[in-house]
Amino acid sequence: MTVLGADFRRELGVSRYPMLVYVLAPLAALVLQAWLPRLLHGYAWFDLPLVVTVYFALARRDAIQGTLMGAGMGLFEDALTTHAIGVNGVAKTVVGFLAGSVGVRIDVEDHTVRLIVTFVLSLLSSAIYFFIYRILLGLDLDWSWLVELIRAVANSLIALVLFHLLDRLKIRD
Amino acid sequence: MEPFFIRYRNLVVLLAILLAQIIGLAMQVHRADSGRNSLDPRDSAGVRLIRLWAEAAVTPPERLFHASKLGTISLWQDYLDLRHTREQNQDLQKTLDRLRLEQASLLEDARQGQRLQALMDFQQKYIYKTLAAQAIGSSGSDKSRVFYIDKGSNYGLQPDMAVITADGIVGKVREVFPHTAQVLAINDLTSGAGVILETTRIRGILRGNAAGRPQIEGILADQRIQPGEKVFTAGGDQIFPRGLPVGVVEKVARDPERDGFIDVLVKAAAHLDRLDEVLVITAVQPRFSPEEQQDLATSEALKGAEVEAIKEQQKASAIMAERLPGLTDPNAPAATPAAAPGQAAQPGQSQAAPAPPAGPQAPKLMQPRRPDRYTPGAASSAPVAAGTEAKPTPRPQAPATANSGKQPVPKPAPRPASKSESKPSQPERTPEP
Repeated sequence: MTVLGADFRRELGVSRYPMLVYVLAPLAALVLQAWLPRLLHGYAWFDLPLVVTVYFALARRDAIQGTLMGAGMGLFEDALTTHAIGVNGVAKTVVGFLAGSVGVRIDVEDHTVRLIVTFVLSLLSSAIYFFIYRILLGLDLDWSWLVELIRAVANSLIALVLFHLLDRLKIRD
Repeated sequence: MEPFFIRYRNLVVLLAILLAQIIGLAMQVHRADSGRNSLDPRDSAGVRLIRLWAEAAVTPPERLFHASKLGTISLWQDYLDLRHTREQNQDLQKTLDRLRLEQASLLEDARQGQRLQALMDFQQKYIYKTLAAQAIGSSGSDKSRVFYIDKGSNYGLQPDMAVITADGIVGKVREVFPHTAQVLAINDLTSGAGVILETTRIRGILRGNAAGRPQIEGILADQRIQPGEKVFTAGGDQIFPRGLPVGVVEKVARDPERDGFIDVLVKAAAHLDRLDEVLVITAVQPRFSPEEQQDLATSEALKGAEVEAIKEQQKASAIMAERLPGLTDPNAPAATPAAAPGQAAQPGQSQAAPAPPAGPQAPKLMQPRRPDRYTPGAASSAPVAAGTEAKPTPRPQAPATANSGKQPVPKPAPRPASKSESKPSQPERTPEP
């Protein structure tokens, strides 16, 4: 439980990045999310915008920044589909907020913690999406929890690699 | 109040953003008359603006990725991997020759069809103009079956234009941006296309189901619909021209919501999940396009003479087969005991009460229409012009009784007199046995 201690929290620093990374990393995630499914013939069971949202929210340790980033990424994802705009927006807003809030309390440099956080938030995002689309809006939606589980595992594995790559772009003091 | 907002600013920001998005969602969903919620098929101005921003942000890098991929593939396929190209070229040339021959042969039928359609005041719409486009991106979600193409309003694209491939229909243009367009695939839940089954001629509406597979909905249960039956566009939806291939029936299932109705699952002819190049139908006209007309003219010029020669050969074969003495006239009256075997029935005789056939009857020799010197028994009595023997001239229409090449089944009942009288051109002769 040392990672959750108050002394440890005070020792945590906030990561900073060049402005270009804040722009290009989310954009690259959105572009690859739209482009890769064509190469993988529909078996693109991953969510790169979610992974990037979780990363920046954890690294910045700021719930508001995580919230704004999640909302932006989700709205852009929705805009590329024929679905109502805001479903992914709400899901990723909540994910960004939670990741930013969690980032203050735990050691986000630990790979295991990153893996678990990404897995849990990915499943939570799917659940919120399902809730909004099927229950709140009452629209038809094909749904498989197995696919969502696979998506969460894939997101966690991608996060392991992507977080490591993005860590290299940090501004070192 | 200030300490409250400062203390709970994270939560306040979160709730504000969530509230704004939920209000936006509520404005996009409408309750239909059937009681079910549905999305408005046409986006409002605000929603369209957000889609425009997203498209403007995502599409340029996608184009770059796609161009890089195409360049790499082109380099490999066009310059490096050229094995068996010569053989393929020869095969394609043979196929082209064969298709040109078929096209020239069908040209007259097509012209006749157009003339008949004009007479019947029925305007068949032909694909007049198409625009080739590359699929450059997808929606990024496996729950929304749309993709983006690299042509937009600057190429004249408009919403609701049909998108096809050589294999079959793909979808329709949903949103048009200046340089790109969003295409709604036929397996999306919100799509719709009028289709018709090939053999049963049952019509229905094709749309995607929740699993992303195209299916025809709202069809009354019909035992005749079987897997494997081909599905074509019906042409009534004002989007897809009539007769384009859609796919084949894969499975017939009961409609879970309505008794007596079935859902026909269709396997799409086009490979919807691996599209590279598509064609957007930008214009349909009741006539062939200039390219098609040029293609037809080329085929006719190259292969028209060959087709004519084949047709002449077929006609000559039919005429020669007709003249063979062994063939019988299936409409000839059965030989009665009064009549001598092999004798032609006279009009007066045919009106007599026919005797019931007793056992197998001997087939009667068919009357040649144009007896020549080779006709049995006609060498002295039926002089024929020499010109007609050297080269048999084709007649406008083959006689109904000329069943060349087949041994006709003798009819037990005698032919009515009116029928035999309706052929005055036949010489009344009695062929020698």
